[in-house]
Amino acid sequence: MNEILRSPTGLVGTGLLTIIAFAVLLGPYLAQYDPQAFHPQARLSGPTADHWLGTDQFGRDILSRLLTGARPTILFGVGATLLGVIAGSIIGITAGVVGGWVDSVIMRTLDGLLAVPDLLFTLLIVTILGGGIGEAMFAVAVAFTPGMARIARSAVLSIRTREYVLAAIARDESQAYIIVQEVIPNALGPVIVEATIRVSFAIMIGATLGFLGLGAQPPSTEWGLMVAEARQYMYRSVWVVAVPGIAIAVAALGFNLFGDALRDALDPRNRR
Amino acid sequence: MSPAYLLRRFLAVLLVLWIVTVAVFGITMILPGNAAIMILGEYATPDQVAAMEERLGLNRPAVIQYFEWLFNLLQGDLGMSLRLSLPVAEVVGSAVKNSALLAVTALLAVTVVAVPLGMLAAVKRGTGTDLGISLVAYVGTAMPEFVTATLLLVIFAAPGNPLLPAGGFIPPGESVSGFISHVILPAGALGLILTAHIARQVRSEMSDVLSSDYIRAARLKGLHERRVIRRHALPNSLAPAVAVISLDVGYLLGGIIVVEEIFAWPGLGRLLILALENRDLPVIQAIALLLAMVYAITNLLSDLVIATLDPRVRYE
Repeated sequence: MNEILRSPTGLVGTGLLTIIAFAVLLGPYLAQYDPQAFHPQARLSGPTADHWLGTDQFGRDILSRLLTGARPTILFGVGATLLGVIAGSIIGITAGVVGGWVDSVIMRTLDGLLAVPDLLFTLLIVTILGGGIGEAMFAVAVAFTPGMARIARSAVLSIRTREYVLAAIARDESQAYIIVQEVIPNALGPVIVEATIRVSFAIMIGATLGFLGLGAQPPSTEWGLMVAEARQYMYRSVWVVAVPGIAIAVAALGFNLFGDALRDALDPRNRR
Repeated sequence: MSPAYLLRRFLAVLLVLWIVTVAVFGITMILPGNAAIMILGEYATPDQVAAMEERLGLNRPAVIQYFEWLFNLLQGDLGMSLRLSLPVAEVVGSAVKNSALLAVTALLAVTVVAVPLGMLAAVKRGTGTDLGISLVAYVGTAMPEFVTATLLLVIFAAPGNPLLPAGGFIPPGESVSGFISHVILPAGALGLILTAHIARQVRSEMSDVLSSDYIRAARLKGLHERRVIRRHALPNSLAPAVAVISLDVGYLLGGIIVVEEIFAWPGLGRLLILALENRDLPVIQAIALLLAMVYAITNLLSDLVIATLDPRVRYE
């Protein structure tokens, strides 16, 4: 952790993630107004003393909506990535450990799936399942699985011939012991780094799906949906689209910076 | 590059594409609400639906439908659009041209802007210029296309006195200036993420190269700094950048879906969203396959370019 905080990217990333964590944990309690309450006297207003970030087309307080929207937006990204990482790691570790034709079949299939761009993949799955935040989360997880599997596999392959694994084999440890005790803990590093960076993509894809009407549904205050709902009114008050839009960027940026710093900290070549 | 290497790479791409056809067909087969119901409307009787399924061949086993589809596909027959009653090839063909115009414009603009920015940041490493470029690049990678697009619209296309049109498309054959004014905003929305991404990659590669021994040797030889950068540093830092650009084509193909929808650009992305809404399977299959094919071929081309730029790869 000290290593991460020493670099400027890590410092800023950690700072942003702390703010985001606060919004996720305490957002609904910090919100000054009910996020769904109309204030007809103050519609599409800019920042005022009453409404710090302005109000939307129904006079709803944007800051309150932003704070309550942190949960669906951020937890979506974290949840989708986590599911993708678990599924991908199981597939990747299986391929790497078993090897042979199983590995070949799995890897060629993954190569095929990787040729489908993430957003297209997600759109196809969401269309099968129907829109909604749970469906969208599952779709992003499926789209992330092939990439995560590749990374888990290559991590396993690079570890398989290390001295400590060879030593465990020489000690005649069981295969299960070697996988659980030696391979998985050492393969986790690259997987965690990739996962952290992917959370930012997941947040962006989730918001995009919300924007297209295929993710979170009204009256959710998911940030992508906030942009979509307010788009008609954006020429009258830029705050309605700019605030949630920038919030998405800040969240994605936080995970991105933190992931980069994490990679630098874990990579021995970068230690000075 | 040995012929064996080329052949192996080419066969790998064919295999990938075959897997893509299976995946795309499989996914579209399990879409709920089949095309027969979409055509007849929700009040159709079961008899009518059965008759329509019979006519469209939807009631046969999936495997047979797949091989028939693949066979027709290989002959260039993509089927009929269920919604538009036009051949898919025709519908998709005109959309492809429009999308390609947008994508190529965006990619060219991105490369022209991003590579020099990344070089500048690397050469001026640690200065305010570097910090500024890196900061913009970091923020750029975190902005989804729909946010960039929306903000660009607010800034440049506000009603009253719009600097640029808010959407639409004019073929360059009709009016070059019309095309340019319509392409700036969508290409900008598509390009921001990629510019940021590529600039960052070029910067990090270039910084590594600039601190290497052969650059020190070139400098000690008394070469002019400009020559050191152009002749020695740039070619060696471009290979990884090419790899990133080809990966970014994946983002570009995804981004195009959203950006075309927002700017009413009559391309593949817009057609795809329309087809998804109408369960127009032949169109969905054709577009998904096409996008995957473009991506797979880009990756192959980039591998070949990298092999040309970096002699070590060729001998693997």
